[in-house]
Amino acid sequence: MDEILNALLRALAFGTPLLLASLGAVINERAGVVNLGVEGMMALGALAGFAVAYGDGSPGSGSIWLGILAAMAAGGLAALLHAFVTITLRANQFVSGLSLTLLGLGVAGLLGKKYEGFPLIGQPNQWPFTIGAIVLALLLAFWLTSTRAGLTLRSVGENPAAADVLGLNVNLIRYGAVAFGGAMAGLAGAYLSLVYRPSWTDGMTAGLGWIAVALVIFVGWSPLRAIFGSIFFGLLYYLQFRLQGKTFIPTEFFSAMPYLLVIIVLALAGLRGQQGAAPEALGRPYTRGER
Amino acid sequence: MIRFTPIADPPRGRVAWVTLGALVFALVVAGLIFWLAGTNPFEAYAAMLQGTVSDWSGWAEVLRRGTPLLLIGIGLTLAFRAQFFNIGAEGQLLLGAVAAGGIALFTPLPPLLMLPTMFVGGALAGGLWAIIAALLKTRLKVNEILTTLMLNYVATYLLIYLINGPWKGKNVRGFIYSDDFPDFAQLPTLPNTQVGWPTLLLGVLLAVGLQWFLSRSTGGYELRVTGENPEAARYAGISVNSVLFKMAMITGGAAGLAGVGEVAGIHHKLLEPSQISSGYGFTAVIVAWLARGNPLLCLITAPLMGIILAGGDVLKINMNLPFRITDVFSGVILMSLIASEIFVKNRIKFGK
Repeated sequence: MDEILNALLRALAFGTPLLLASLGAVINERAGVVNLGVEGMMALGALAGFAVAYGDGSPGSGSIWLGILAAMAAGGLAALLHAFVTITLRANQFVSGLSLTLLGLGVAGLLGKKYEGFPLIGQPNQWPFTIGAIVLALLLAFWLTSTRAGLTLRSVGENPAAADVLGLNVNLIRYGAVAFGGAMAGLAGAYLSLVYRPSWTDGMTAGLGWIAVALVIFVGWSPLRAIFGSIFFGLLYYLQFRLQGKTFIPTEFFSAMPYLLVIIVLALAGLRGQQGAAPEALGRPYTRGER
Repeated sequence: MIRFTPIADPPRGRVAWVTLGALVFALVVAGLIFWLAGTNPFEAYAAMLQGTVSDWSGWAEVLRRGTPLLLIGIGLTLAFRAQFFNIGAEGQLLLGAVAAGGIALFTPLPPLLMLPTMFVGGALAGGLWAIIAALLKTRLKVNEILTTLMLNYVATYLLIYLINGPWKGKNVRGFIYSDDFPDFAQLPTLPNTQVGWPTLLLGVLLAVGLQWFLSRSTGGYELRVTGENPEAARYAGISVNSVLFKMAMITGGAAGLAGVGEVAGIHHKLLEPSQISSGYGFTAVIVAWLARGNPLLCLITAPLMGIILAGGDVLKINMNLPFRITDVFSGVILMSLIASEIFVKNRIKFGK
C-alpha cells in the first residue's frame, strides 16, 4: 500500500512540469497556433528562474518568487517571437517552433554556463506547484467550456474567419494565447531548476518539452484529461528510476521508454481517430479574405 | 499597420537578395547573443573565419563538416518537397552508423566487399528508421515531426546500449566504445585531412542524381504534385502513400549514408551518439531550407553551414564557449530564413 502511495506521489512530482507546460500548449493550440518550441522555452525558463533566484550566490541575494516571474517572462517573450514570426509574418509554425527550441537550448546553454554546478539554497516546497497546476487545469477546463472568453478563444482556433466577422481580433487573441503558452513552459522550466532539482545544468529539460507537446495530442486538447496524462507519464518516469538495474532488462531500455511511449501513445490516439479532435484551423495562419 | 501585397511569380533576384539579407540579419542577432554572453562578437567572427576559410586545413574542416550535411540535406530537400517534415535525421544517421558498425565488426566479408556492404546496410537502416514515421503518418495520421524526433532519442539509447553492452570493445575498460573497425572497413581520406573522399563523392553524385530524379523523372513529378496538392495527386491517380514511403526511404537512407561516412571515415569505431551525430540532423534542415527544395543547390548551402559548424568548433576551443553555440546559430538562422519568406512572396507597404 505504501509502495503504491509513494509511486503516486512521485508520479505527481515528475508529472507537474509536464502538466504545466501542456496546459499552456493546450491553450495556444486551442487558439489555432502550434508551438513546438516548448523544450526551448522550458530551458530558457529554467535558466532565467535559476539565475534570478540564485542572485550572486550569497543567501538572500536572490528571490525564488522573482525567479518564477522571470522564468514566466522569459518563456512568454520567447513565445512572442514565435507569435510574431508565425502570426504577423505568417511563417511555417512547425519550423518556427523547431528553431525556437534550438535557439532556446542554445541561448540557455551559452548564458547559463557560469551557473553550472552551483546548488540553490532554500528550495521551495513542491506541493504548491503540483496542487496549483491541478487547480489551474480544472479552472482552464471550466473557462474553455463555460465562459464567453473561453468560447471566443476556441472560435479563433476553430473558425477564425467567422470569429473575424463577429468583430473579434483574431491575431491579437492568438498573440495572447501563444504568450500564455510560453509563460507556462517557462514556469515548467522554473519548476525543474528551482523545485525539482534546484540547480542548473545544460540539457536539464531532457526532452520533457517534447513530451508535453505530444501529451496535448494524447489528451485530445482537454485540460482536464491533461491531469491524468501527466500523472501517467510521471509514473513512467518513476518506474524508469525504480526498475533501473533491478531486472534483466538493460537500463537504456528504461531511459528510452518515455520516448517510445510517446510514439505508442500517439499511434493509439491515431487509432482512436483522436486527431479529429484537433482545432480546425490548427497550424494555419489567418489572413483576412482568404479561406 | 503593415500591408502585404502578393507577388505572383517572385523573380530569382528577389529570392537571392531576401535570403542573403536574412542570413546577414541572423549573423547580427547571433552576434548580439554572443555579446550578451560576454564574448566580443567581432573577435568571435574573426576567429571563425580565420579557422575555416583562410587556409587549406580550415577548408578541410569545412569539408569534413559539410559532407554529412550535404548527404542529409539533399535527402531533406526531397522530404520537404513532399511535405514530410522529417527532423529525425539525427536518429537515421545513428542507425546508419550502427548498421555499418555491426557489419564492420561482426561479418566475415572479404575486404573488397566490406565498405560497399557497409554503405548499403547503413542506407537501408536509416531508410527503415524513417519508414516507421512514414507508416505512422500514412496509416494513423500521427504527426511525423513528433515521431521522427522521438525516434532520435530511441536511436541514441539503442546505440548507447550496444556500445555499453553486447558490442562493447574488449580492451576499452571504463569507456564506452566498440572495438576499432578492421583496416579494410575504414574509408580512405584526402591526404592530411579527415575528409572521407568516397562519402564526399557520393554526396555530389547523389545531389546531381536526385536533382535529375526530382525534375525529370515520373517519380519526381509524383513527389512534387503530392507535396503541392495531395488532393490533386490522388485525383490524378498517384498513390500518395507509396510516394511518401519512397521519399522516406531516400531521405532516411541518405542520412544513413552520412552515418556510415562518419564512423568509417573519421572515428573508425562506434562511440557516444552525440560525438557521431553532432547535431548534423538539425543543421541539415537549414541546408535543405536554404536550398529551397533543390538538391543541387545543397552543393553550395552544405559547405556554407559547414563553415558555421567548423567555425563553432574554433570558438569552442579558442574562446572556451559551450557546444550550444551551434544551436544558437542554427536557431537564429532558421528562424530568420522562414520569417523572411514573406518578403520573397510579398511587397510590403507601411501605413493604411
